[in-house]
Amino acid sequence: MGEMTATLEARGLTRRFGGLVAVADVSLSLTPGQAHAVIGPNGAGKSTLINLLSGALSPHEGTIHLNGADITALPDWRRARAGIGRGFQRTHLFPSLTVLENVRLAAQSAIRGWRLLGGARADPTTLAHAHAALEQVGLPSHATDLAGTLSHGQSRLLEIALALATRPTVLLLDEPLAGLGFEETAPVVGLLRRLAAHRTMLLVEHDMDVVFAVARQVTVMVDGRVLESGTPATIRASAAVRDAYLGHRA
Amino acid sequence: MIRAGPWGNALLGLGALVLASMPYWASPYHMQLASTALIAAMFALSLQVLTGAAGLVSLAHAAFFGLGAYTVHGLVGASILVSVPAAMLVAGIAAAMIGKLALRTRGFYFLMTTLAFGQMLFFLFHDTPLGGGADGVFITRPDMFWTVSKTARPAVFLLLNLTALSLMYGGLWWLMGTMFGHALSGIRVNEDRMRAMGHDVQRLKRAAFTLAGALAGLAGHMAALTDAFVSPETLGWHRSAEALLMILLGGLGALHGPILGAFALTLIRDLGQSITERQRLVEGVVILAAVLLLRRGLAGWGK
Repeated sequence: MGEMTATLEARGLTRRFGGLVAVADVSLSLTPGQAHAVIGPNGAGKSTLINLLSGALSPHEGTIHLNGADITALPDWRRARAGIGRGFQRTHLFPSLTVLENVRLAAQSAIRGWRLLGGARADPTTLAHAHAALEQVGLPSHATDLAGTLSHGQSRLLEIALALATRPTVLLLDEPLAGLGFEETAPVVGLLRRLAAHRTMLLVEHDMDVVFAVARQVTVMVDGRVLESGTPATIRASAAVRDAYLGHRA
Repeated sequence: MIRAGPWGNALLGLGALVLASMPYWASPYHMQLASTALIAAMFALSLQVLTGAAGLVSLAHAAFFGLGAYTVHGLVGASILVSVPAAMLVAGIAAAMIGKLALRTRGFYFLMTTLAFGQMLFFLFHDTPLGGGADGVFITRPDMFWTVSKTARPAVFLLLNLTALSLMYGGLWWLMGTMFGHALSGIRVNEDRMRAMGHDVQRLKRAAFTLAGALAGLAGHMAALTDAFVSPETLGWHRSAEALLMILLGGLGALHGPILGAFALTLIRDLGQSITERQRLVEGVVILAAVLLLRRGLAGWGK
């Protein structure tokens, strides 16, 4: 660990499914303001790791700290309130609501108690955060469309907007480019570049070009374990990584 | 949750005016029938807070209706200013307690858990002397500050029930436009995502369950007031199922759906009764046809 306190730090995370150890003794820390990519072959435990960090799953062993506070025991919604925003690998929207209603629901999660009795379209802060998120991902012109009518590429952008509208301090993205065709990829990659420039984020992605372009740190996972962790340059140069993973793709 | 727009609300208002004018032209029998429909509408509307808004299907709902009615029995003629809040409070507290436990489950298991809790309350009144026994009990009506002659009763109760339903509808119309109402929609559409975004889904559901229970208690109170009689039967699970049927018939997606459904079902029943002894058959056929032909219920007619 460096001079700065890591924003999100996992130590010794282990998660089993029956006899399978999906994540085994994984430690990693996110440096504030930097993008950290997790790569690895299918079944390496990347999505499980994201689920452990977001609280969708609880670890059998290990701890998770957010800005120094132990959040291991917190359920997912409390972690979201604490500042962890996540996007899903399989798009997870509100298809029967409009795009604006989607992000407004996300932004509205900051409203508690009796304040929830305010008009849904009236709270200025919620609206501002919702519009800002749409602006960031480039969907403002689709605000009144039903989310279910968006193209796959636009859905992926809205998927990220839902995470952004909650104003997270740490962003976890699980394969934001999943299932996208060549033409649809560009806007999402552009967004990832802009986000990676100043946000603390963890990115699980298969597209190596994108990973090496946006990430400042890369962790390679194989069979639930961390094989190697370092800068993109070290990862590229690592013989172990090449053998275990990159080599197979070439 | 879809709320009626200005035109829809104007039509509902018109319907309310027609009902309010009934004392001038309708028979006591028809005014009583209208009261039955208004009470059914209140009950189904209170369930819509769970089913249509938050996507929760509960079979315990009739128990809260029954608790509201039995509260009137327990208060033996106390003022209506006491009996209304008391009925809502008793039903609301029971709903808060049952909701806290039942809402730990989801989907089918939630349905079964609410069935179990509802039937527990049913047997509490059916098998113990608590509510006056299995055959039901006549009720001393609450004091309404004025005496109502027997001939004026149907008209007075019709107007009271109409007022109660209008207030309930107005209140819920407002509520569905708040952030709370939208959060319930979010839970219905994608509960997991709501949780991932930081919403306290359990708490929101508990609030909805408690509110729905209290409103069912109000409906039960009005039923006890109107009928001056309550029996354990009112708490049975099939009453909850009947309210679900009204919601389905009227429109699951629209706030005013249950009102349309309750009136339609009450009318179908009455008509069925007048033409045949097998009225349940008529009821079944009409409902089947309506559900098959009107995908969004009566509220979605022509869409």
